[in-house]
Amino acid sequence: MVEPNYTGGLLGGMLIGLASVLLLAGSGRIAGISGILGGLYGKWTDAERHWRIIFLLGLVAGAGLVSVLIGGLAVHMQTHGIPLLIAGVLVGFGTRMGGGCTSGHGVCGIARRSKRSLAATVIFMATAIITVFLIRHVAG
Amino acid sequence: MKLFLTTFVAGLLFGMGLAVSEMVDPGRVTGFLDIAGQWDPTLLLVMGGALTITLPGFYMVLKLPGPWFAERFSLPTKKDLDWRLIAGATLFGIGWGMAGFCPGPALAALVTLSPQVVLFMLAMIAGQLLAMLVEKYTRPL
Repeated sequence: MVEPNYTGGLLGGMLIGLASVLLLAGSGRIAGISGILGGLYGKWTDAERHWRIIFLLGLVAGAGLVSVLIGGLAVHMQTHGIPLLIAGVLVGFGTRMGGGCTSGHGVCGIARRSKRSLAATVIFMATAIITVFLIRHVAG
Repeated sequence: MKLFLTTFVAGLLFGMGLAVSEMVDPGRVTGFLDIAGQWDPTLLLVMGGALTITLPGFYMVLKLPGPWFAERFSLPTKKDLDWRLIAGATLFGIGWGMAGFCPGPALAALVTLSPQVVLFMLAMIAGQLLAMLVEKYTRPL
């Protein structure tokens, strides 16, 4: 059993929140990672593309910085091969169709008190919980 | 310049948050989603920690006449629930449950240089492109 990481969770969550408020205050943008990533390959102006690239580079740099400081990040893959590919396609397809992911709907949308984001968050949490239940306790 | 610097710092803090909270680890995420197993509440603290900042923060920022370094706020305009939101969130949840990765953490986990993470990212981008293609042919309904 992995011990819950209360301090890291709370502190990390607050950093994510601070980042989202800073992005909104500085550029007027919502820190929704799926949307920022998806906006890279649409028909956008250079200015639209550039801020997205800069934010995403910052994100990877931030994770890299912590990784260097604490000596590597733990990443325990839950699935491999074809199921991993299917999961990736579902995450990409679903976040694009549903207009957001955990950050855009879950963190920023709920903070804007958006009904759509609250509904999306409840739905993806529910289907994810059901999926894990089926994999671990029914099929497994 | 100020705009790019703020945007970069925001990204940096976001990535640090994902790493510090261990959300880059799909095991943490599925541990939270597995309510019938040995439940790991860490993700709940991450969401809670983020919302304690964004709820008052967004409220205050959106009272400003505009953002500091841009002309206006770019906010989503849709207000009503539609089938796209419901179907999209449903499919995203299934993929999230299978892999334990959502877009932000998957991107942050690229720093491990794991081929599996790269594979997931490529599949995710393919999924986004596929959805854009579907959008093109199904809109306007």
